[in-house]
Amino acid sequence: MEAHVDEQEIRLIINRHYSNCDGLIAVLEEIQTSYGYLPESALRMVADITGRSMVDIYGVATFYRSFSLQPRGRHHICVCMGTACHVRGGPMVAEALERQLGIKAGETTVDGEFTLETVNCLGACALGPIVVADGVYHSKVDAAAAKKLVENLEAEQEQPESEPAAAVSSL
Amino acid sequence: MRLNSLEAFAELRADLFNGMEDAVRTLVIPAGTCGRASGAEEVIQAARKALLQDGIADSVRVRVTGCHGFCEMEPSILVLPDGVFYPRVKPEDVERIALAASRSEIVEELVWADADTSAPIPLQEDIPFFKKQRRAILSRSERVNPEDIESYIASGGYAALFKVLERDDPEWVIGEVKASGLRGRGGAGFPTGMKWEMLAKQPAGDGKYLVCNADEGDPGAYMDRSVLEGNPHIILEGMLIAACATGATEGIIYVRNEYPLAIKHLHLALEQARELGLLGHNILGTDYSFDIRVVRGAGAFVCGEETALIRSIEGSMGEPRQRPPFPIQRGIHGKPTSINNVETWANIPIILEQGAELFASVGAERNSGTKIFSLVGKIKNTGLVEVPMGMTIQEIVYDIGGGPSGDSNIKAVQTGGPSGGCIPASRFDLPIDYDSLARAGSIMGSGGMIVMDGRTCVVDVARYFMGFLKDESCGKCFTCRKGTQRMYELLDDISSGKGTVEHLDLLEKLALVVKDTTMCGLGQTSANPVLSTLRYFREEYLDHIENKRCPAGVCKPLIRYTINENCTGCRACAKNCPADAISGERKQRHVIDAEKCIKCGNCLAACKFNAVEVV
Amino acid sequence: MNGMINMTLNGLAVSVEKGMTILEAAKFYGFPIPTLCHMEGLSPYGACRLCVVEIGEAPRSKLVTSCTYPVEEGIIVRTASTRVLRARRMILELLLASCPQSKIIQDLAAAHDIRQQRFRQEHEDCILCGLCVRMCEEQMMAKAIGFRYRGEKRSIGTPFDLHSEECRLCGACMYVCPACQLRCTYTEPDKAICGGCANLSPPCVEKEPFDDMMCYMAPCVACEIKKD
Repeated sequence: MEAHVDEQEIRLIINRHYSNCDGLIAVLEEIQTSYGYLPESALRMVADITGRSMVDIYGVATFYRSFSLQPRGRHHICVCMGTACHVRGGPMVAEALERQLGIKAGETTVDGEFTLETVNCLGACALGPIVVADGVYHSKVDAAAAKKLVENLEAEQEQPESEPAAAVSSL
Repeated sequence: MRLNSLEAFAELRADLFNGMEDAVRTLVIPAGTCGRASGAEEVIQAARKALLQDGIADSVRVRVTGCHGFCEMEPSILVLPDGVFYPRVKPEDVERIALAASRSEIVEELVWADADTSAPIPLQEDIPFFKKQRRAILSRSERVNPEDIESYIASGGYAALFKVLERDDPEWVIGEVKASGLRGRGGAGFPTGMKWEMLAKQPAGDGKYLVCNADEGDPGAYMDRSVLEGNPHIILEGMLIAACATGATEGIIYVRNEYPLAIKHLHLALEQARELGLLGHNILGTDYSFDIRVVRGAGAFVCGEETALIRSIEGSMGEPRQRPPFPIQRGIHGKPTSINNVETWANIPIILEQGAELFASVGAERNSGTKIFSLVGKIKNTGLVEVPMGMTIQEIVYDIGGGPSGDSNIKAVQTGGPSGGCIPASRFDLPIDYDSLARAGSIMGSGGMIVMDGRTCVVDVARYFMGFLKDESCGKCFTCRKGTQRMYELLDDISSGKGTVEHLDLLEKLALVVKDTTMCGLGQTSANPVLSTLRYFREEYLDHIENKRCPAGVCKPLIRYTINENCTGCRACAKNCPADAISGERKQRHVIDAEKCIKCGNCLAACKFNAVEVV
Repeated sequence: MNGMINMTLNGLAVSVEKGMTILEAAKFYGFPIPTLCHMEGLSPYGACRLCVVEIGEAPRSKLVTSCTYPVEEGIIVRTASTRVLRARRMILELLLASCPQSKIIQDLAAAHDIRQQRFRQEHEDCILCGLCVRMCEEQMMAKAIGFRYRGEKRSIGTPFDLHSEECRLCGACMYVCPACQLRCTYTEPDKAICGGCANLSPPCVEKEPFDDMMCYMAPCVACEIKKD
């Protein structure tokens, strides 16, 4: 089911960032921040309003890795696959998370709770392997810590809305 | 408050200098992305609380800065002006440190301890990691609160710009940058002064662009992030100086989306600079006008390539285009554009401040100045190190880096990220500069230095980089798209024991053609990881092919996990096995069922008795 | 002479008009350079890399794509040096490994004496030369298809793989395609049997229904097969 897209909001976003083709990426980034992904209808609105061809917009939306055309889960887990994390066991952490969530990297669980992604380097190489869960950086993660991390996120959702976690913490 | 003249700026600066009391101790707490991930925020809170509770807020201050480079030891506290360094600070120890600082004392048991003698080494400059460095850029981050422009000015910032505006002589500026011998820190090493000269000569027409390339895509390199987060104004200052020198009208900082804190600090810095009249129309009342905006990337390594970066700024897919014309002739929207890397920009104020001659006296022949490397991987002291060009790898890895992190010997370093190559330990006497690295089959790149030990497999590393490149290639040119994909296939075959000697031959031939025929820098250098490992580690490849063996114990299809007689039967491994492959009675030696084992490595991590082995 | 440029082409001193590409100059003097992504009337793209030539003198010589490189005064060009041929043969081997059914690629490979194909065989068909994309945009003024994704996932098609309203079913994209063109019409057009149009990427036409849709291929193979 696609998210309802508010045309007025899209217009505002475009006015904020777009001029003479510049800023398309910023427009898409903000749409994604609002809706969690890039809904098809939003992309079509961008094409209509800016007068740019849909082919171009779709091309940009699929070219860059941070854009998603699929709705993403409530929780977002991102494993760093930078070189430093790789030699310290990043792939094993990613595999452990894949096993635990029953999805591959880049996918969302059927219940819409978790999206698992990989990123090519977060630039915190001294602390690898790094896992970012809902914006919180976790350093020196191993398979066991990854498991705990998912369990914590699962437990969190059963409680009523609590204080938002500090932006960054360590395990 | 907008400053309308150079005099007004000079006044502000004098005021800020007077506000600096030497008697006050400052607790400098780095809180870049990595610092925060290791708990810097708790330390900051504890420090602020301690100052209030103990009533020492008059004599001790807290300064939250960006990353200083010794990430392994974060969260850390540096007490200035004394220079006492406290590594891995726990929140509960902060109060003691603050109290000691207020009395000009040192908490000996919390400072750095010498690895051999355990003797305390209180001063940062005496710690081996810092001793051999020459921290021209990084040390500035210690003195600056990146969220406050006044702190930058008070530390001597914008003095170089002031000098340039006062002198009002673009040719002199370009002459200085040329004389400094500064070469582009993004990897290729093109002389910056020459680039500016070319831009200055382009017809003004309807504008020229300056771009700061902060799309630090090399996995395993993060020096740009640290400068962006820790000292954003130094980049603005560098760009402003270039604008005065080249007549550029618009500046763009293209930042990776993966660096949220850097983006935040840049926006703040731009806003504050604009408020003070350092950006915009008639900078400090002079005739120069220049403004800068931030453009965020969206996750594409290839956008670090100049022509792709331009396309991305223009709001298109980041596909490179064939050169000529070069960006300096036709860049963003067809206008002349000069693109320089973050670290290059950061060097500009330093050159103009201290003079080209002094800058050129550091470093090596044709490779002047310092370079920041991110020393990561299997190394004891992980972090950012800034050294004079021409230092040997040996010095960086052993004297500064402290040698291997585990019990295995260091066998190679990989420089230049996915575009670079591996340099074996036998060649660690190689001086680090653009030309020596290129001769050794690698590149300087942006400065990633990944240390590999006996437990790192070179075939796996080459395969890793190729997997990275086949995803990150834009796919426009055939030899890059298919070439990286086919090289990956061949490497994958070799690492899974399906390789033959013909694989090696084909791999080498293909790598050479890919290097020769691709459109942009990404493709042209994509063969380096393969070619350099084949050159220095052919034996290891042959081991995979002929003996179906991975000597480092990394390539999964070629390894097997077993449990030896050290096993105490504690069941820790069995509990952690996701595949139910481990059986055995409590207090009896356990056994791994090779059929069921998925080689995830959990048992190895769980075992406290060294009983799990990889064979 | 005004507007003329002197250059050395395979050892011959020649002069050509300013603004020409090396490919055009070489063609003018009768040196054939193979290419798959270049077509007169469409903007140069430099994607297939087959047209590489060597410029400059060893050891500082380099390979560049002749379709995008403008002639320069005094430039030394070799269109068939050992280095060029080595590269071209490898590119053809790669092409053959991914797109073995294209008559054009088969012919080029044969002409370059490619006798083996050492990579894992694929049947991708599309080589992403982009002729169809440029044809659609530059000549047909439609922009119905374009590139999507990147790296090994890169493909050509319409946004969301849905029928594009920009598409007028003109068929020009299929006409210029070097990978499927000859397969579709076979050597004798009436024996065309591949059904390529039904599986086409770019899918200008929606996959269903085919029956009464206007199609540039009359009779349309896919429709004929369906009727049976």
